[in-house]
Amino acid sequence: MIKRLFFICAIIAVAAGLISAQAKPAKVIAIKGAKIIPVVGDDLESGTILIRDGKIDAVGVEVAIPSGAEIVDAKGLCAYPGMIDGYCFLGLQEISGVSATVDNRETGRINPQVRAIEALRYDSMHIPIARSNGITAALVAPAGGLISGQSVLIKLDGWTNREMVMKSPAAMQIEFPGIRGGRGGFGGMGRGAVVTADTTRLIAELKDIFKNARYYQKRKEFAFKNPAFAMPEFQETFEFILPVLRGELPVMISVHSDRDIKAAIQFVKEESLKAVFLGAEQGWKVADDLKKSDIPVIISSLYDMPPVWDDGYDSLFRNPGALNKAGVKIAFSSASASLAKDLPYHAAKAAAFGLDKKEALKAVTIYPAEIFGVDQIMGSLEKGKTANIVLSDGDILETRTNIKKVYIDGLETDMSNRYTELLEKFKKKRG
Amino acid sequence: MNKIVKKLLIRAIGLALVVLPAYTAGGSVLIKNGTILTVTKGVVAKGDLLVINGLIKEIGENIAAPKGIKVIDASGKYVIPGIIDSHTHIALAGTNEGSEAITPEADVGEVVNADDVSILTALSGGVTMAHTMHGSANPIGGPNVVLKMKWGKPSEDLIVHEALKTLKFALGENVKQSSRTITVGGPPPRYPQTRMGTNAIIRREMLKARAYRKEWDRYNKLKAFKTPPKNLLPPRKDLRMEALSDLLEGKMVARCHDYQATEALEFLGLAKEFGFKVQALEHAWEAYKIADELAAAKVGISVFADSWAYKMEAAEGIAYDAGYCAKKGVLVSINSDSAERIRRLFNDASKTMKYGGLTENEALSLITINPAIQLGVEKIVGSLEVGKQGDIAIFNEHPMSAYTRCEMTIIEGDVYFDRAQYLKDREEAAKKAEAPKKGGRS
Repeated sequence: MIKRLFFICAIIAVAAGLISAQAKPAKVIAIKGAKIIPVVGDDLESGTILIRDGKIDAVGVEVAIPSGAEIVDAKGLCAYPGMIDGYCFLGLQEISGVSATVDNRETGRINPQVRAIEALRYDSMHIPIARSNGITAALVAPAGGLISGQSVLIKLDGWTNREMVMKSPAAMQIEFPGIRGGRGGFGGMGRGAVVTADTTRLIAELKDIFKNARYYQKRKEFAFKNPAFAMPEFQETFEFILPVLRGELPVMISVHSDRDIKAAIQFVKEESLKAVFLGAEQGWKVADDLKKSDIPVIISSLYDMPPVWDDGYDSLFRNPGALNKAGVKIAFSSASASLAKDLPYHAAKAAAFGLDKKEALKAVTIYPAEIFGVDQIMGSLEKGKTANIVLSDGDILETRTNIKKVYIDGLETDMSNRYTELLEKFKKKRG
Repeated sequence: MNKIVKKLLIRAIGLALVVLPAYTAGGSVLIKNGTILTVTKGVVAKGDLLVINGLIKEIGENIAAPKGIKVIDASGKYVIPGIIDSHTHIALAGTNEGSEAITPEADVGEVVNADDVSILTALSGGVTMAHTMHGSANPIGGPNVVLKMKWGKPSEDLIVHEALKTLKFALGENVKQSSRTITVGGPPPRYPQTRMGTNAIIRREMLKARAYRKEWDRYNKLKAFKTPPKNLLPPRKDLRMEALSDLLEGKMVARCHDYQATEALEFLGLAKEFGFKVQALEHAWEAYKIADELAAAKVGISVFADSWAYKMEAAEGIAYDAGYCAKKGVLVSINSDSAERIRRLFNDASKTMKYGGLTENEALSLITINPAIQLGVEKIVGSLEVGKQGDIAIFNEHPMSAYTRCEMTIIEGDVYFDRAQYLKDREEAAKKAEAPKKGGRS
């Protein structure tokens, strides 16, 4: 009996050991022989990256590899930090034209209570496609209305939505109207583009909400201290806007025309908000104002027409370079789910029109990390940071480059995705 | 001769030269020291390309400049054939005649809008020719038109008459109006609302056209008799049936908007049944599922590189589609279908290298010689060869690099887009705009 019990225990112990060994990353991984582009610091023609417990333990030409380390021969490959998408709909949108699969736009205009994380479809078909193109983190945001909701910063790997969270909420998303009439797409450029004047009114509306929220907070505090006074009636909008007013939660404001950007700068200043701008398509016209304001800019998709024809056919393409030159911190975004994989190509496009190539790379790695306040843990290949590493056969901003391996938290991720699954399926077709 | 008469005559001739749309032979230009990617005849590492009166006269090294010719220095740059977009809707004053399901008489060639700034947008991305199509609202739309991007020229000058006459067909979600909401008091649903109905309505029209042709054949035969029957009357002329007759007689070819494999195969079945030619399937997001069948039927596809998952029937549109099909022997082109995407077709083409493993030249073919073949203009454009028209784009870096930028676009030897000149003009315009401020109106 005892013998038998001992035997069962032994089996359990071994099995448990096996399971935990499988669940954890190999303790030490050495990526050897790659050209290392750490983004922060100088490139190394051939070096080693040591990963320990999911973090970068060492990066260098001469790195002592501990015995027992798993060695990855990366000769002929380039090692980059994983890219970060500054704004996208990954996990909130599968088929954009089928509303049953679209969860990024709540009805109504004022929705500070909605949280991207709570709808994030962790097994979205678009996530592995983006990941296998070298993108390891993304800001996933709700859209629409005036206050769209709370975005989340995720890593692009995990078996539940909560497992993917890097930062939630990451920002409160606010949208100012675009410059209408100038947009392209099917049917071509519109005529008589007009910059809508709605923003002034919307800023007034926001100021009003903020003022009332502050007043609501005061009443709550007062009632808390003085039991003789009743608590104010629960107000959902104010409750969820308060972290913004306390400076705990940044706002990401999508703003487009030069005039609106100036108004938004003023608004951010008056309300003492922590802010990031999104879009800023006419930012080049007010680059100095943006620089002075210290507000960083997430560049939206460059797959668009100039907002106003007079801005020039290449205005969207040269805008990032102009902002960067003026000293504005920029990061790129896909503003998409199905084409989130194209993040690097937006950066390359800007580089074709004046943005320094190295700055373009920074604007998909370390700059977004800084903007989202996670530069201590990602955005470059530096000791102590999370091991989000991309191995490629060339420049990761190039369309021609093939991504060979992607590590997130020091774990090699699955490179298969909806594209490869379907391709493999039909390759097996009987001829 | 009287002096005044003489003067008037000279003036009249001068006026005629300016006003009359005289036959233009095209421009002459010599491009020097570029990397010439001919697409069909390899690469000339440091070569010159001479265009005389709109046609490519010579490609080689150290070509001497004829007297007075415009010389373009392309040192360090890439010279490629003008890009051809096999499927767009730009430069039209109307796209869809969607009120009825069958409208083969609605010809977009009659509503060409040469003032559409999309033409300029296309030029800025190296595009020199576009197949501008009827929309996809109807199972049988209407004839399409092939245009050169001659910005500033009247509509008639844009039309490429050498191109195949193509008729637009469409299948699937757009045709069955999947995304249309039926409202109370609004228009009732239009037949067809299913893929079954779509096929059935096309078959119905083909049967009608066949019967129509038979009637005309009967009439023509009788009319040709020495003594035609006394009461012989011609059948009623039907413009719809005339258009479909052209298709059945091979005077037109079909270009069919489709997404799913089943509908594509069934359309090919209809083509076989009625003996019309399908030149290419548009979008064809599931072409990779039937690549062998397409290759065997010699039917090309005109597709996006990776714009997918925007509707249900695009849910399995994988980025490998173009590359995989090309390797299977299908004639593939990458199209824009958009006034915005048209200026970055070269970027889209380059994606087939990552997804599909095409070489640089194969990828470049998808936006040059392949669409030219699909449009039936491969003898005059689509590659850089002596005798072809001088439609050329110049890029600062290799056109399949993500870092590249179009510097110049030339059609038949005339420069239609010049980035350097554009920047100069812009600078001057900005200076002019500044000037009055400095003047200080007080």
